[in-house]
Order: sequence, then structure tokens, then C-alpha cells
Amino acid sequence: MNEPVLTERHSVTELNQEKVESPFRETMRALLHHRSAMIGGGIILFLILIAFIAPLLLPFGYNQIDADARLQPPSAEHWFGTDDFGRDIFARVVYGARISLWVGFFAITGSIVIGSVLGLIAGYYGGWRDTLISRSFDILLAFPAILLAIAIVAMLGPSLENAMYAIAIINIPTFGRLMRSRVLAVKQEDFVLAAQAIGMKDTRILFHHILPNSWTPIMVQGTLGFATAVLEAAALGFIGMGAQPPDPEWGKMLSDSRGFFQSAPWTMIFPGLAIMLTVLGFNLLGDGLRDVLDPRMKQ
Amino acid sequence: MTQSQSLLEVRNLKKYFPIRGGVFGRKVGEVKAVDDVSFSVNKGETLGIVGESGCGKSTTGRAILRLEEPTSGNVEFEGNELTRLKKEAMRRMRRELQMVFQDPFASLNPRKTAFEIIEEPLKVHGIGHASERKEQVMELLQVVGLDVSHAGRYPHQFSGGQRQRIGIARALAVRPKLIVADEPVSALDVSIQSQVLNLLEDLQHTFDLTYVFIAHDLSVVRHISDRVGVMYLGRMVELANRDSLYDQPLHPYTQALLSAVPVPDPDSVRERIILSGDVPTPSNPPKGCAFHTRCPHVMDICQEVRPEFKDYGEEHYVACHLLEK
Repeated sequence: MNEPVLTERHSVTELNQEKVESPFRETMRALLHHRSAMIGGGIILFLILIAFIAPLLLPFGYNQIDADARLQPPSAEHWFGTDDFGRDIFARVVYGARISLWVGFFAITGSIVIGSVLGLIAGYYGGWRDTLISRSFDILLAFPAILLAIAIVAMLGPSLENAMYAIAIINIPTFGRLMRSRVLAVKQEDFVLAAQAIGMKDTRILFHHILPNSWTPIMVQGTLGFATAVLEAAALGFIGMGAQPPDPEWGKMLSDSRGFFQSAPWTMIFPGLAIMLTVLGFNLLGDGLRDVLDPRMKQ
Repeated sequence: MTQSQSLLEVRNLKKYFPIRGGVFGRKVGEVKAVDDVSFSVNKGETLGIVGESGCGKSTTGRAILRLEEPTSGNVEFEGNELTRLKKEAMRRMRRELQMVFQDPFASLNPRKTAFEIIEEPLKVHGIGHASERKEQVMELLQVVGLDVSHAGRYPHQFSGGQRQRIGIARALAVRPKLIVADEPVSALDVSIQSQVLNLLEDLQHTFDLTYVFIAHDLSVVRHISDRVGVMYLGRMVELANRDSLYDQPLHPYTQALLSAVPVPDPDSVRERIILSGDVPTPSNPPKGCAFHTRCPHVMDICQEVRPEFKDYGEEHYVACHLLEK
């Protein structure tokens, strides 16, 4: 942080306490000055906004079939053209944003929560708990992620929801191992020893002292993982293991348009661009977060 | 060592750290960090523990508070055997025994404000309501000489000396009887050291505290201690009143250590005892007296028999064969 941290302002509480910026607000401010993080954040905000608001403004429903307007090129009426059922691709891409963001959010939140708790336990207690948890992670990581996801969906049955569970499961070890390694480092710090010396219970030490000092790499990985999750959802959709027709999932749209991408390339280009834009947005934000949260990476 | 007034009684304390190696992580040896140490601390006094780095003085402090679980031995605090307490009972007992740490930068959680750090021990032990706690924290801040208006600051916004004051206020919050201070000033600038030392002395009088003061700086220990124990390679080699230890050290190691203290008089001519060699490794300490490899007065018996830690008059305890003659 290159700006002076202390503020000269004094508030007028009864003790005349000075205003001090919390580490969280400091981070947020640094993030606002980070160019690529702001571009990434802007893209994400734009996507979220579109996903929430645009469906209200669209003239066409995403499943509105118009047999007379099949495979129309982009025009003033159909901005992104129409697909082989005459459905408006713009409407489908916009609704697809809802699906992708929803899947990404819940899958990544799930893996962060489960992975972090497992990582905390493994790192703090060590011993057989660590062995059990870490070896389970190793087993999960031994499979290629997408293959494992396919296997899980195959077991549960192909649907968007099951694809989400699969994506959550395959991402657990990433967060778990990251958390475990942070905990191993943080628990060596004197302030954890001090917490024990004071007479704190384990749960308080874990959640008040170790977790707040371990979550920053999880934040970064979570943002980058969101991009991966969107890609994985699209991949599962593409091979028919994710969203089922007629849901306008981007990966599914890509695979549906394979047959006529020479005659009607817009059926493929726009969902593809949407995926790219989403992944780009989260990657930019994640990189920015890493720069801001990890001072050693600066310069 | 009169039993009646002793607050803390440490007997035959041992802490061995296992060395693991090989494919299956079997125990292939052990580091004898603390090897059969006994001493007592009287109510209201300051016991200084000095020694080189790696001699086990910090481990001794931590083993007393069971921050490192002792391998064997007894620690009796006000008649309670600490080593036998269950986890929850020990947790509650910690209210009476607090610790001040060496590194004021590492020992404060960087994500909590000074207020939260000092309030936490009160919260943990269920002392007072929010408003009472707030009052107490503000009082503590003043007691340790910090500006009350800085309560909302984070540790990185304080200087080293100020941080150590926060660490002291945190230890003081639950009104303990005993404070183990593990090199509390060695990370501070010399000019700040004396301020913090004076603060510790003032607090001792105000709150009727007993200190175990661990340090490697002989002059600091002399300043603050009533009695001083000297450790070498995990063992206590000499323990006596401050004055008799500094004026008439009996153990050859203490003599060598004290001869290294600079005297602020350019004309004074003293005999310096320079020890040759290094401290042996605690994973394989020498047989007999641990100091025999470097002792200028080594005898045959020193290499075979470990000397007893005995009272040689006026509670001056020494572990050395030279004195038995």
C-alpha cells in the first residue's frame, strides 16, 4: 500500500477514537486502482446485470420457436440471428448467462465451503484426520477433472443440477489443499500460540485466528475457479451431460450448432464469444485480486 | 526454596522432541530440549532464566504452560498439578498463567485491532459484559502506556515497542498470577527495551505479579530478576539469588558467560574466559556433565557422571563436580 494508511480524521465518539481502515476496505480500494481487475470486474458486473435485467426487455422468449425464421443471419430484429428452430440467439445467449453464472456460483461456493473446512481440519489437527483428507484429495486429483465430472454425472444422471454437483466435487481438492497449506503455515505463527496461551477453544482459534489469515489465496483461486467452472459446465453441456434441451446453455448451444456452422456461423460464434467473455472477466479479476492480496507478487 | 510461599514448582521437567526419519517416519532419535529441570518460583518474585540460543529456555517456558506438552515431570501451580489437568480444566486454568512473547510482530493477529486483541482474553473467559469489557480494555491500554484513541488501529500501525505493550496488556487482561515472559524485549531497540522493562516492573508491583523472565541478555536479566537460573544444553546448571550469582558465580559456564558481559569502564582489566568449540547437539548430548566438552576445569568424573543439582549454601544451586571436592 503506497498511500499513508492512517487518516487524520477523528470521529466524535465518546472516546475520540480515530478512524482506521480495515484490511478489507484497504484491499477494496487497492482493487479499484488495479486496471485489469477493474476491466474484469466490469465484464462480470455487465454479465450479471444482463442476466438479471435483460430477460425483462427481450422481445423474444428463449424457447420461442419461429418456423418461418430458421437460421436467419443477424439482423435488426434478431441481433445475433436465429438457430435451426428459428429461436432468437440473443435471447438464448442472455438466458445462458443466467445458467452459467448460477452454475459457476453454486458449484464454486460449494467447493470453497467444503474444501476449506476439510483443509482447516487437515491442516490444524494433522494426524489421521490429515492423512484421511489429504489422501482422499489425492484420489480425486488422480483423475482428469473432466473425466471425473463425466463419471459423476453418469452416475447421477445427466442434468444441469447434477453437472453442478460434479463441478463442485471435482474442485474441492484444489481449495482443500490450498487451505491446508495456508493453515500449516499460519498455525506456526506466534499469534496462534498466543491464542492457545490465552485459553481459547479450538473452534475460536480456527475461525477467528487461522481462517481470517488464510482465506486470501482462496479468494483468488475462487475467482479463477469460477472461470474454470463456467468452462466445465459448457464442456459437460457440449457432450450432453449438462443442461438438457431446451435449456439455453452455452455449451449445449455450441454442440447443437455443429451441423451448420459453415452455413450459419452465428449459431456458434455468439455462444462461444459469451463463454470467452465470462472466462476472461473472471480471470482478469482473479489476477488483479492476486496482485492486490499478495504483496510479494507485486512488481 | 521454602515450600510455603512458592507459586510455581517445576520438578524434573523434560521435553524431548522426536526426530523422525526413514520411509515410515519412525522415531530415529530425539532432541533433548529440556532435560530434567527443576526449580521453584516464589510468589511476587521474578525468576530470570538465561542461556544461549538453543539451550531450552523458551521450551521450558512453553512446557510450563503446556503450550508444548512436557515429556515428563511435574509442574505444580498453587498446589494444582498442571500436567495432569484435562484439556478443558487446563484451558480455564490459563486465566492464572499468561505469556508474553518474544516477537511483537508475529504474536499479534494482523487482522484484529488492538482493542479486539486485548478484549479477546476477557471474552474467552467470559468476563464482564460488552460495556464492562470496553471499559477494562481502555483501562488496560492506559496502564500499559498506550493512547486510548489508538484502540481501533491494527498491529501493523504500531511500533515494535507499542506492539509489545499490546501483548503485555493482552496477558494482563485476565489478571493472571504468573506471567511467563519469553524474551519480551530482545526484539526491541535498546532505547525501547528499558521502557518495556520498567513497565513490566511497575506492573509487577501494581498487580502483584510473579514473572518467569526468559532472556539471553545478562544485563537485562540482572536488572529485573530476584533470582536467576542459568541453562546449558537443556539443563539448569546454576540457580541462585541475583547478587550471589552475578558476584560469585560457581559454575564454570556461568563464569564464562559473565566474563563476556562488557563493563562500561575502559580501564578495567578483567580475565575473559573464552570457551572453545561449539555447544554440542542436544540430540546427542555428551555423557556425564553436558558442559565437560568445553569446560576449562574438566575432570575425569565429569565425562562419566552427571553432576547433581545441589544447594551449596544460601539456596545457591549448582550442578558441578568441582564443588563436591
